Amino acid sequence: MLKKRIIPCFDIKEGRVVKGINFLGLRDAGNPVEMASVYAENGADELVFLDITATLENRKTLTDLVGKIAGKINIPFTVGGGINSVEDAARIIEAGADKISINSSALKKPELIREIANEFGSQAVVVAIDTKYKNGEWMVFSNGGTISTIWKALDWAKEAEKLGAGEILLTSMNNDGTKNGFAIDITNQVSESVNIPIIASGGAGTMEHFEKVFTQTKATAALAASVFHYGEIEITALKNYLKTKNIAIR
Amino acid sequence: MIAILKYNAGNTKSVENAVQKLGYDCVVTDDKDLLQKADKVIFPGVGEASSAMKYLEEKGLDEVLKSLKQPVLGICLGLQLMCKFTEEGDTQGLGIFDVLVKKFPPKDKVPHIGWNNFAFLNGSLFEGIDTIDDVYFVHSFYAELSEKTIATCEYILPFSAGLQHNNFYAVQFHTEKSGKIGEQILKNFLQL
Repeated sequence: MLKKRIIPCFDIKEGRVVKGINFLGLRDAGNPVEMASVYAENGADELVFLDITATLENRKTLTDLVGKIAGKINIPFTVGGGINSVEDAARIIEAGADKISINSSALKKPELIREIANEFGSQAVVVAIDTKYKNGEWMVFSNGGTISTIWKALDWAKEAEKLGAGEILLTSMNNDGTKNGFAIDITNQVSESVNIPIIASGGAGTMEHFEKVFTQTKATAALAASVFHYGEIEITALKNYLKTKNIAIR
Repeated sequence: MIAILKYNAGNTKSVENAVQKLGYDCVVTDDKDLLQKADKVIFPGVGEASSAMKYLEEKGLDEVLKSLKQPVLGICLGLQLMCKFTEEGDTQGLGIFDVLVKKFPPKDKVPHIGWNNFAFLNGSLFEGIDTIDDVYFVHSFYAELSEKTIATCEYILPFSAGLQHNNFYAVQFHTEKSGKIGEQILKNFLQL
């Protein structure tokens, strides 16, 4: 049986792990390569690295980091941040990443999803969606949640699937950093409406939150950062807990 | 020396890392002599079938692969291209396995992404591996069950997670991304 995935996420700034609270107030949480291998040992099913300050100058730093991670860990990982072209995606994949994640660049140019999927296959393309509940609608935001777009989350997810995305990483900005739980309603809506896997993100605070998102939505993976990085939830303990709740876990 | 086939379908880096971690020398190459002389050849792959197959044909690597006498291990797209035909881009494969590769019916999420266990295992490639062990899959197309099937997995339907014909071995999952279990399977292949 296919197992639900637990995915720690690393926000990367200049080669270090940071995590924002509601996308603000960065705190340094550690060395990405060391953290990645500890998490892999402890049972993380996959890892995500998001370069949150991706700039031209930072490209080489990120590529070097991807190479170091690939040399150290033997579980899959995704890299996002500053990927604006097929060439950018190629650099990251050739350095050893399994998948790339695109967000603002795909909103700016939706065809980029198709272009990267044609080159590396759909399974290598994760479309990250930052969504916020505003005036009665879950709307999509770009540029790290700072710029509103015309897209409703549900429509953009469907469009991304149509263009060849292999997975959707859905982050609720309302929930992110609150530790009050995942956004069950929008995660449920999106996971019922598209036929590609959904990674739920934003709001994990307790083990029960993971249980809830796996039992009340069709999300096949759940992502979190600070609860893992600051040791509030231990991955081994989380996976044992979910097993006792009869959720398929590795 | 272990040769890893270099072509236009990525992920050779991770396979190279995994082989080196196990203490073997390896080279990533598309040189015919090197491929023919290697002790073992790994045919990895992440990508799209028709463009990968076209590249192999243009470089004459399709004939080289088919002519190999040493143990060969296809991984993921490698497995699919070793089959007779894949629905991805309606592509004629190498035909090493007389098996069809089809798209998963949309009865559940596609691609099949994540850790899944085996339903059936057979042969030296899976020495020390149990059906409860999980390995990492990521694919939208699957190889049908056949008499060449040496491992099966179930997702939407039962499919071939492993195939073998003479010196040709292939797995649908990523040995190089499957933690300790994947490492053991790769080690089994390298020790054949």
